Amino acid sequence: MTETLAAQGEDLLHDKTRLAILLFIASEAIFFACLIAAYVRYASASPLGPNAKSVLDPMKTGFYTACLLSSSITIYFAERAQRLRQAGVSRWLAGTMFLGAVFLYGEMQEYRKLLDENVTVSRNLFGSTYYTLTGFHALHVTVGLVLLGTMLVISLRRKMRKPQHSALTCISYYWHFVDAVWVAVFSVVYLWSTQ
Amino acid sequence: MSEISVLPLPMRELAEFEEKGTILSWLSSCDHKQIGILYLLTAVFFFIVGGCEALFMRIQLAVPNNHFMKPETYDQLFTMHGTTMIFLVIVPSLLGLSMYLVPLMIGARDVAFPRLNALGFWLLLFGGLFLYTSIFFGNAPDMGWFSYAPLSEKPYSSLPGVDFWALGLFAIGIGTVASGINIIVTILTLRAPGMKMKRLPLFAWMTFVNSFLIVFALPALNAALAMLLIDRGLHARFFTPDAGGSPIMWQHFFWSFGHPEVYIMVLPAFGIISEVVPVFSRQPIFGYGFVAASTVAIALLSFAVWAHHMFAVGLGHSMDIFFALGSMLIAVPTGIKVFNWVFTMWHGAIRYTTAMKFATAFLIEFTIGGLSGVIFAVVPMDWQLTDTYVIVAHIHYVLFGGTMFALFAGTYYWWPKMTGRMLSERLGTWHFWTTVIGFNATFFVQHMLGFAGMTRRVWSYPDLPQWGLLNMISTAGAFVLAGSTVFLFWNMLWSKAHGKAAGSNPWEAWTLEWATSSPPPLYNFAQVPPVKGPRPLWDLHHPEQQDRYLNK
Repeated sequence: MTETLAAQGEDLLHDKTRLAILLFIASEAIFFACLIAAYVRYASASPLGPNAKSVLDPMKTGFYTACLLSSSITIYFAERAQRLRQAGVSRWLAGTMFLGAVFLYGEMQEYRKLLDENVTVSRNLFGSTYYTLTGFHALHVTVGLVLLGTMLVISLRRKMRKPQHSALTCISYYWHFVDAVWVAVFSVVYLWSTQ
Repeated sequence: MSEISVLPLPMRELAEFEEKGTILSWLSSCDHKQIGILYLLTAVFFFIVGGCEALFMRIQLAVPNNHFMKPETYDQLFTMHGTTMIFLVIVPSLLGLSMYLVPLMIGARDVAFPRLNALGFWLLLFGGLFLYTSIFFGNAPDMGWFSYAPLSEKPYSSLPGVDFWALGLFAIGIGTVASGINIIVTILTLRAPGMKMKRLPLFAWMTFVNSFLIVFALPALNAALAMLLIDRGLHARFFTPDAGGSPIMWQHFFWSFGHPEVYIMVLPAFGIISEVVPVFSRQPIFGYGFVAASTVAIALLSFAVWAHHMFAVGLGHSMDIFFALGSMLIAVPTGIKVFNWVFTMWHGAIRYTTAMKFATAFLIEFTIGGLSGVIFAVVPMDWQLTDTYVIVAHIHYVLFGGTMFALFAGTYYWWPKMTGRMLSERLGTWHFWTTVIGFNATFFVQHMLGFAGMTRRVWSYPDLPQWGLLNMISTAGAFVLAGSTVFLFWNMLWSKAHGKAAGSNPWEAWTLEWATSSPPPLYNFAQVPPVKGPRPLWDLHHPEQQDRYLNK
């Protein structure tokens, strides 16, 4: 076991695409850490106005969260099928995109509800930090969907060759990262600050 | 010559590509050498722009109660001078050198991601040009290069200058991160056989560590810029105190980027010195491992010292003590390096070429800047001196006396490699002495002005005893300094036309970039020499006297 891990580590040090995406993810992690820090810093700054406790619904968002998290599983199978040259890559990719799109739909619904209640970016610090944090995350999900869509088109046209294989691996890393960020966002925004 | 072929011979079409020296070949280039030179040309262009801004400021400050320009103009000048010199001169010139040299030093054909390399450069260039278009849209940014909130917020800066600043830096930041990732991956994956990490040239080591700083520090700036833009564009409340926002948080974000940025601006310069000093002292670097390891130590510590820029905020005793200790601690690995360079020179057969002169001056000027830096780590001293001209003197001693001197040393050292022609040593000596005299005249007196209480960023000053005299010396020095660069540019033009042919290794240096022709062909190396230690060309030319203890 340790030998295979060491071999994988050695392997990684020669795989420039995977190295680059991991460094990119590390950089992005700092970016989101700053946004989360801003949210936490101002978590108690809006005691009267709309705040996480008064307007957010952890149960409803919990459902969409489950969709996003299960998309991590589907992309794992897409990547695995690709790696083992099995059938079903396109199906798993389409499933991942569907789950990601459901998540975005849920977020749009939530935004619409909040905007109807006049919770905006400029209303108070809750609005500022909430929309900035979740908005940047949604942007990353959207970018992920574009990447997955590109892979889907390629795989449907059966043109997957070796370079694209590493592309799908890298996209899966990115997608897992976007999910992990959401785990942090959901925990902080919907679970911790609604207490 | 006992060379072994370790890379396949280049394909035919590559060699043909190289023949085209057209503008289009530069604009569409993905070659690391061309992009490196584009970075350097960009830096030269902005160096002239930023230098002129500095001269206008010094004209305004030459005499007390001067009305040469309006205060508003002065504010825009110092903001643009700082932003330009940091983001558009120092960082691009160091990145350009890294992009040009790292693949050559490690025996590679190009960087790991040539197209990403081009993207990084063009983002930087257009980010910089975008920043300057603000002049045509009302005003240039005028809130200082660290853009403290709430001054940078809409109520206090209603004109679009700040937006141009934030968006421009955002683009530059993304480009810089891309370059950082590129360098790390290049060094990890594309080293020639035998080029272990323990044999990496120290310049490559420093840029390697530096790239981690870029990858981890720039996103903090980008996050803060995003919040600032959302504040200004969508009326969010991040940094506006009247709605509960915290201007202090801007400072924390900015300096948690800003202090690593200081090291981003100086680590590659350390790398240049670590290449130039051994070659011209004819000795291997003293304590290779210590130089490399102390770089890692500096990088780690640099993330834990940012609040020493914020002692005057009143963060409380325990915070102050923590950051004061960290800031003093970081002087230790930096001091280790200075000793390493001095001991490399010790008993060496020193050849005082222009490059070596600049490297020696670097040791002195940078040490002065470093010492005044340690003084600022002492909290009560900082309270007294912050935002005075001592700060201005300190930052210029480390960034000009440090980084720029190192860049000049690097220019004289690698120019023959990049162009195939030697620079004139006679003009170089003129350039060197005018730079040293102009630089010290400009900035040394600013220590005294600062101790006397002259504050930075104020467009004029009253006629207090000695202030007029010291400021006049500083202004005169600035003009000498500006004149000194004329020698450099003249030297470059002269060299392009009449310079002596350099040959592949004019300095009898030891790292791989000198194993190929000057300038190197598109594919860099037809054959890479065997790498058995940190000085492959020494081993190659002195097979009977190999660096036995270095080559373990």
